[in-house]
Amino acid sequence: MIAYLVALRAIVLREAMRFMNQRSRFLAALVRPLVWLVVFAAGFRAALGLSIIPPYQTYITYEVYIVPGLCGMIQLFNGMQSSLSLVYDREMGSMRLLLTSRLPRWWLLFCKLMAGVAVSILQVYVFLAISAAFGITMPLMGYVYLFPVLILTGLMLGALGLLISSTIKQLENFAGVMNFVIFPMFFLSSALYPLWKMAESSTLLRDICAFNPFTHAVELIRFALYESFNGMALLWVVLAFAVFMAGSLIGYDPARGMVRKARG
Amino acid sequence: MTMLEVHDVTYQYGAKRALDDVSFALDAGRFCALLGPNGAGKSTLFSLMTRLLVTRHGTITVAGHDIASDPRGALASIGVVFQQQTLDLDMTVLQNLRYFAALQGLSGKAAQKNIDAALDRLDMRERAREKARALNGGHRRRMEIARALIHDPKVLLLDEPTVGLDTASRQAITAHVHDLADTGLLVFWATHLVDEIRETDEVVVLHQGKVRAQGTAASIAGTGSLTDAFMAMTAREQAA
Repeated sequence: MIAYLVALRAIVLREAMRFMNQRSRFLAALVRPLVWLVVFAAGFRAALGLSIIPPYQTYITYEVYIVPGLCGMIQLFNGMQSSLSLVYDREMGSMRLLLTSRLPRWWLLFCKLMAGVAVSILQVYVFLAISAAFGITMPLMGYVYLFPVLILTGLMLGALGLLISSTIKQLENFAGVMNFVIFPMFFLSSALYPLWKMAESSTLLRDICAFNPFTHAVELIRFALYESFNGMALLWVVLAFAVFMAGSLIGYDPARGMVRKARG
Repeated sequence: MTMLEVHDVTYQYGAKRALDDVSFALDAGRFCALLGPNGAGKSTLFSLMTRLLVTRHGTITVAGHDIASDPRGALASIGVVFQQQTLDLDMTVLQNLRYFAALQGLSGKAAQKNIDAALDRLDMRERAREKARALNGGHRRRMEIARALIHDPKVLLLDEPTVGLDTASRQAITAHVHDLADTGLLVFWATHLVDEIRETDEVVVLHQGKVRAQGTAASIAGTGSLTDAFMAMTAREQAA
């Protein structure tokens, strides 16, 4: 058991160190949500009227509404970034180093996942601190409840990245992931507009959003930030994690998965 | 004592047969070269031995552990140096070694003892805090070899480890690894360069996925040189 934790610690620390060393990546990860918050939200606050929906108990401004969605966005980008670095690792050979360890493969992949989650949580809290400096604050306990939720949502989005990395053969194909995974997932969710608002224009769109696991990740974050709990969202996130993780384990199974394809 | 046994291994990428009924057995304390031209199936065989690939045809046993039924036991007995460089160049020598030890589940005093031994073997204790990027190609390779031995494996696999190195580094590494075999380790060294092999070394000649010969370099060479014997074995097939 100690051996497992030793590996986990080393993999997480290495990822965190790598992230800190890449200052531009750190900066980009912070600027992206801040641009949305400061520019996009400022422009949209006039256009969008929001009614009182749970977990909010009063009228809120649009900036306040999109903060949980942006936390989700940080984790979504981070999950994809980790998946990108996995593809890179595989081309560079350091993935082989990981996969030929004596520890079981599922654990090693889980460690990789946790490393990405740790980095994303760091980013989310820095982002929330900056938002607070702009005057967008949450209840104090909300920040505490958020922590376990971020682990879960981070794992779910990271597992999605892992699944994608197991199907991508080359680094060059990664632009496709941006177009076909990140953007649809983000825009077809409750990150930028509440579902009822979506339903006003199209019920089909609303249904797609309600099916999108990212919506549920965002809602889980939103509820946690306001010290409440959304069981449905939790269930959906856990289910999505299980499906993505199972898929990636199959993808990384040497008998049928990526290594075979990557070499073929 | 048999340390590595490959029995009837066949592997296909789609319709292309990369390995065809490959069988051989190797003893502890030997330096064995897997000699074959490019595309002979050497890397495929290495991927199978390290479980990056799996095949349904044939068995591979490492230090008594069947890689299919006891992959963790088998992997624990193997140290690998891949053809591609797998150091993290932004980490120091020491950090790279620690990271690898942790991947093997080693920590604390046990890890430190093995890491110190590895640094001594490299004669690099005073450079332990330098970034791996600062090392030249030969030193990086030596470091990867030392790293592969941190968890005390019984078998050391090296996939064309001298590719891209200058002659001096190549000779130094070849000699270094021959010395390792004298300590009781089984060294399995893939190469297409005949000059890396000594007369007393064991050789498995692989060509187009098939084992063409196995024995000491001297016995395969017969009355001529190993180069001639190797060229004859691989040229005949290409002409056919």
